[in-house]
Amino acid sequence: MEHYLSLLIKSIFIENMALAFFLGMCSFLACSKKVENAFGLGLAVTFVLTITVPINYLVYNYLMAPGAMAWIHPSLANVDISFLYFLSFIGVIAAIVQIVEMILDKYVPKLYAALGIFLPLIAVNCAILGASLFMVERSYNLGESLVYGFGSGVGWAIAITALAGIRERMRYSHVPDGLRGLGIAFVLTGLMAIGFMAFSGIQL
Amino acid sequence: MKLSRKEKEALVDPLFNNNPIALQVLGICSALAVTTNMATALVMSMAVVFVTAGSSTVVSFLRNNIPPNIRIIVQLSVIASFVILTDQILKAYLFDISKQLSVFVGLIITNCIVMGRAEAYAMQNGPWLSFLDGVGNALGYTLILVAVGFFRELFGAGSLFGFVILRPVTAGGWYEPNGLMLLAPSAFFLIGVIIWVLRVWKPEQVENS
Repeated sequence: MEHYLSLLIKSIFIENMALAFFLGMCSFLACSKKVENAFGLGLAVTFVLTITVPINYLVYNYLMAPGAMAWIHPSLANVDISFLYFLSFIGVIAAIVQIVEMILDKYVPKLYAALGIFLPLIAVNCAILGASLFMVERSYNLGESLVYGFGSGVGWAIAITALAGIRERMRYSHVPDGLRGLGIAFVLTGLMAIGFMAFSGIQL
Repeated sequence: MKLSRKEKEALVDPLFNNNPIALQVLGICSALAVTTNMATALVMSMAVVFVTAGSSTVVSFLRNNIPPNIRIIVQLSVIASFVILTDQILKAYLFDISKQLSVFVGLIITNCIVMGRAEAYAMQNGPWLSFLDGVGNALGYTLILVAVGFFRELFGAGSLFGFVILRPVTAGGWYEPNGLMLLAPSAFFLIGVIIWVLRVWKPEQVENS
């Protein structure tokens, strides 16, 4: 239990997806002009990450990894199709985003309306694919990948909501012409990343 | 070989006038993580040039046969195939650098430049123009990556491509390396400053608040 808790804290703060690994930066900068939108997108990302990382774990470990298909038939024990995992991960992610969209539309129309355009955009958010690739690289087990997916989603959501809050206030300050908009957003994100680096010394 | 005006525009425009990172806000994720030294930045850029050019060309060849409602997944499969190819080549010939790049080679799939060019340009234009547009945009990306990598490696480690330029104090020289340059936030500051410089030079890119 303690192990999972420390993994959760680690994935939210110490190894924050957005501020320590720069994943999901495109939407991080493009959709952080308003707090509501940022929060909605953060929610959607958390949701999709929590589902996709464990599913990709199953896909990788029971279909793709060297010898993983031995459970289907012993003659498949030597098959290694792990080089295809980029293609299958992105396929799984695109499919799940589509399914989540349909389920939400049918049963929770309120949340669906709130997420709006952001849900389909998530398929190409690098944080989602990145979490799955890290899961393979660090060989997490099923429980760990579930916790890791959820934690990195929450961390990303916190970061984008915080940036949106700061950017809303920035509207009242006088920023030099060339730096206005995107430029100052980069500098702000850099300062936030320094803030989050304060967590990096923590040993769990 | 002489290029017509339209062809030249597709190739040169993304370098300064319509830079994918500084203006279109595309493909930033990898731009930040792989720029701690010149070698990884350059290899990453070459990989992106290859993938963008290749996938734009292929998508453009297929553009009249792709049903509109499944076009995203078709584009993603084309891109993913090129990325797998790149990843395997890097693992075979440049194993050290491929280890340093870790998941970021795979993340070229979701690099918005590749997807964005396939969707916005290759779906409407012929293969040759799409190829040039892909190369041009990837070169715009390369430009920023190499610039950021240059400053981070020079001031963070005192070297370029691993060759010592400013001899650091630890090796008996005079230069005190700036540790911040090797850490994540410096990349943000550098790109912010690059955007500032670019917009002072080309004022039409300034955003209205």
